[in-house]
Amino acid sequence: MDVNKNSYTFAFSAILVIVVASALAFAAESLKPMQKQNVKLEKMQNILASVKIEATPEEAQEKFDKYIVKQILLSQKGEVIAPEGMTAFDVDVVKEYKTLGAENRNYPLFVFEDGGEKKYIVPLAGKGLWGPIWGYIAFNGDMNTVYGTTFDHKTETPGLGAEINQDDFQNKFIGKSIFASSGDYEAIDVVKGGSDVSGNPHEVDGISGGTITSKGVGEMIQRTLAVYVPYFKGNQKASL
Amino acid sequence: MSEVAEAAEAVKEPKEPLFSKKNKKLLTDPLNDDNPITIQVLGICSALAITVQVKQAFVMALSVLVVMIGANLIVSWMRNLIPSRVRIIVQLVIVAALVILVDQVLKAFVYDVSKQLSVFVGLIITNCIIMGRLEAFALGNKAWPSFLDAIGNAAGYGWILIAVAVVRELFGSGKLWGYQVVPDAFYEFGYFNNGLMILPPMALITVGIIIWIQRAKNTKLIEEH
Repeated sequence: MDVNKNSYTFAFSAILVIVVASALAFAAESLKPMQKQNVKLEKMQNILASVKIEATPEEAQEKFDKYIVKQILLSQKGEVIAPEGMTAFDVDVVKEYKTLGAENRNYPLFVFEDGGEKKYIVPLAGKGLWGPIWGYIAFNGDMNTVYGTTFDHKTETPGLGAEINQDDFQNKFIGKSIFASSGDYEAIDVVKGGSDVSGNPHEVDGISGGTITSKGVGEMIQRTLAVYVPYFKGNQKASL
Repeated sequence: MSEVAEAAEAVKEPKEPLFSKKNKKLLTDPLNDDNPITIQVLGICSALAITVQVKQAFVMALSVLVVMIGANLIVSWMRNLIPSRVRIIVQLVIVAALVILVDQVLKAFVYDVSKQLSVFVGLIITNCIIMGRLEAFALGNKAWPSFLDAIGNAAGYGWILIAVAVVRELFGSGKLWGYQVVPDAFYEFGYFNNGLMILPPMALITVGIIIWIQRAKNTKLIEEH
């Protein structure tokens, strides 16, 4: 057989491509459930990390079920909604931020409880300098002071914007509050890196050299939390 | 004509043992005398990018090993069927398919590592070592020597990668495989992790030092001018 004939070359290429394509399609389909499970467990780990609960992938599901006692969905107006067949956990805020208008997005809220003490966890989505950023911010039972945060990013600059996923930056939010003493909403602002923010409960020092990413974090927190304000206020009164 | 047949006979005649001297050389040469990174200077890109931590380097080396064995075997088996005009693209398709497969498997079983390696697994496709071995060796040799050649070259690539990663992780973050090895007492005496080690330039310098040491020890590598 002459392997250098044109017809042979065409036939060989066609068969090769078909064989390779079907092998890959088969592999991708059969591994998909495991990959989805990994993404889900990572999300659980991130949610728990915002309330400083460390969990390995193996124990993520168990701890999530134990500590997250309630999942709530809010509309953009801050009203509790309950769409059929959807829990707060199913909502992909990063995807909705990219594809849906603000009024059509869902706003999940996770209620964490450990030893009678409640924390409220809000997922965040926004944009940094190069691509999407996201995270979780957890509030104490008073729905005012920040208990913990976790942020992550896809493509921020290493050493600069990418530092938002480090503890040094995330811990700066702890103890800040979102309501002024008058009771009005006063968002947490991320200000220029190196600023003196001690004593101001509504400002956080940004990352020097990572200004746009820092601002993105601030914008993401302000915009998202504004939606939760009516719900928080209503429940603060109820708990008083 | 008869000469060619005779020559073919002569090659075929003595049944080679699995680990003949020639075959052993296929395994051991790439580790030192013909190392893909330090001698052929191939695969430098990934050697710079994913040697910050030993674990990543290890998984990368393992991935390259798997892809290389697979590609070398498949190409060697098909070497008489591949039309020479499209052989490069055929090699590329085979390598790319194997890499995607490895990527999918990593995502399913070691998700956290696959996230750290991110694009670099995909970049195995462009790793010159793999294409180089396919073109230079697997296309012209039987499956068994190709298999050994793949292991040898992947190991030669892997040990350099891991050696660089050990140096970078140890001095850059005071850890090995993610575990703290530099005791806290050192830091109290004013020891600092070398931040430069984390950055790509130090990988280049580390590879350079390895080449230096290697040439100093192995005198047949020194070129005369």
